[in-house]
Amino acid sequence: MKVPFSKFAALAALTLCSWQVLADEVQVAVAANFTAPMNQIAADFEKATGHKAVLAFGATGKFYAQIVNGAPFDVFLAADDTTPEKLEKEGQGVSGSRFTYAVGKLVLWSAKPGFVDAQGEVLRSGQFAKLSIANPKTAPYGAAAIETLNKLNLLAAVQPRFVQGENISQTLQFVSTGNAELGFVALSQVFKDGKVSGGSAWIVPDSFHEPIYQDALLLARGKGNPAAVALLAYLKSEPARGVIRAFGYGLR
Amino acid sequence: MLTDTDLQAIGLTLRLAGVTTLILLLIGTPVAWWLARSQSWWKGPVGAVVALPLVLPPSVLGFYLLLAMGPHGPVGQLTQSLGLGTLPFTFWGLVVASVFYSFPFMVQPLQNAFEAIGDRPLEVAATLRASPLDTFFSVVLPLARPGFLTAGILTFAHTVGEFGVVLMIGGNIPGVTRVASVQIYDHVEAMEYGDAHRLAAVMLIFSFAVLLALYAWRPNARK
Repeated sequence: MKVPFSKFAALAALTLCSWQVLADEVQVAVAANFTAPMNQIAADFEKATGHKAVLAFGATGKFYAQIVNGAPFDVFLAADDTTPEKLEKEGQGVSGSRFTYAVGKLVLWSAKPGFVDAQGEVLRSGQFAKLSIANPKTAPYGAAAIETLNKLNLLAAVQPRFVQGENISQTLQFVSTGNAELGFVALSQVFKDGKVSGGSAWIVPDSFHEPIYQDALLLARGKGNPAAVALLAYLKSEPARGVIRAFGYGLR
Repeated sequence: MLTDTDLQAIGLTLRLAGVTTLILLLIGTPVAWWLARSQSWWKGPVGAVVALPLVLPPSVLGFYLLLAMGPHGPVGQLTQSLGLGTLPFTFWGLVVASVFYSFPFMVQPLQNAFEAIGDRPLEVAATLRASPLDTFFSVVLPLARPGFLTAGILTFAHTVGEFGVVLMIGGNIPGVTRVASVQIYDHVEAMEYGDAHRLAAVMLIFSFAVLLALYAWRPNARK
């Protein structure tokens, strides 16, 4: 098919126009565990302010490497507090812009109803072949899972059954496809409208591990971007906090 | 300078590549022979299927394999009924994935080598009353040796370079599925850039050496 030049020109002009309209756009790097709430918050944010938030989801450590090497992100919503702190110290973020937007909750989850009991005793029973956790070296939910198992004195017993997800999304994927019977994931991934949405779960008490503070940071590239500043302000607003709570996160 | 876990990852990678290459030599040779000699209508579709892993994103292959080999998938049901458990997160699961992933790298050089032999040597062997099997082992194999060398080296090297599929079905278990490429990814994510650099340099030198061997020392490469 041949596209007539006039049509091509019209298309090009349209593309240029849309650039103009979308000038106030914020590029956001979002920790994988915050995927579901952030999709909703971004939609609400666009309605409320007219700014558009473009979201990229992934592992916090990978985002760190990309940001340090010039990735075009304005705002970083990390899965921990140490990575944003490090970026801030290294001059990659705007100092003083960092705050905790959510406190993560860890859950032991299985896709099978009735498999995980309310006290997590299934871990002691050993009636499973694979336990999925996020890589504890890189993912805070993985580190919290290790602390929890340590607290239960079960680490040595279940360690040979570990399978590790590259990030928390993959950790859940191993469990939801049934390839691992159960796994430690973020509550937000299996939580909807105030309850666990399927399978069976043990919500790990906060006292079993160090709190998972998830910090946001305005990156150096987003400094002059009104949409970036507006998004961070919106995250602290009551509507956004309501969404964050509804997905099972705590707030600081 | 490399840590123990790095060495373990390298050892595992070499074992995976070695086992995969051996299995593919056994499976790939008859397929390549059939593709080179057959006049069948099926030649086109089969050739296309063989070449699929060249263009498919590794995530597609990994996704299908994870579902197929999982407890609810057809392959998973079969392996479970045979008492083998399921394949994801095991060394043999990676072998199965690598066999698919590296298939064209074995078959295509072999097919080219077989086609280059042509009909004439086979006809001569037949007039000398050699059986087809005899012909294959005493005429085809020696003539196709450079092809086997190329196919073997390419398959081995391509399996060493595997990453996406392993990430999808491996589960990052030390000594079982944490191959060198995943170990480097881990180092980068953990911000251990020194470790990442050392292992990455080893991979770079290895890959260059393999390709240098292939290009500089391959006999009768171009006819």
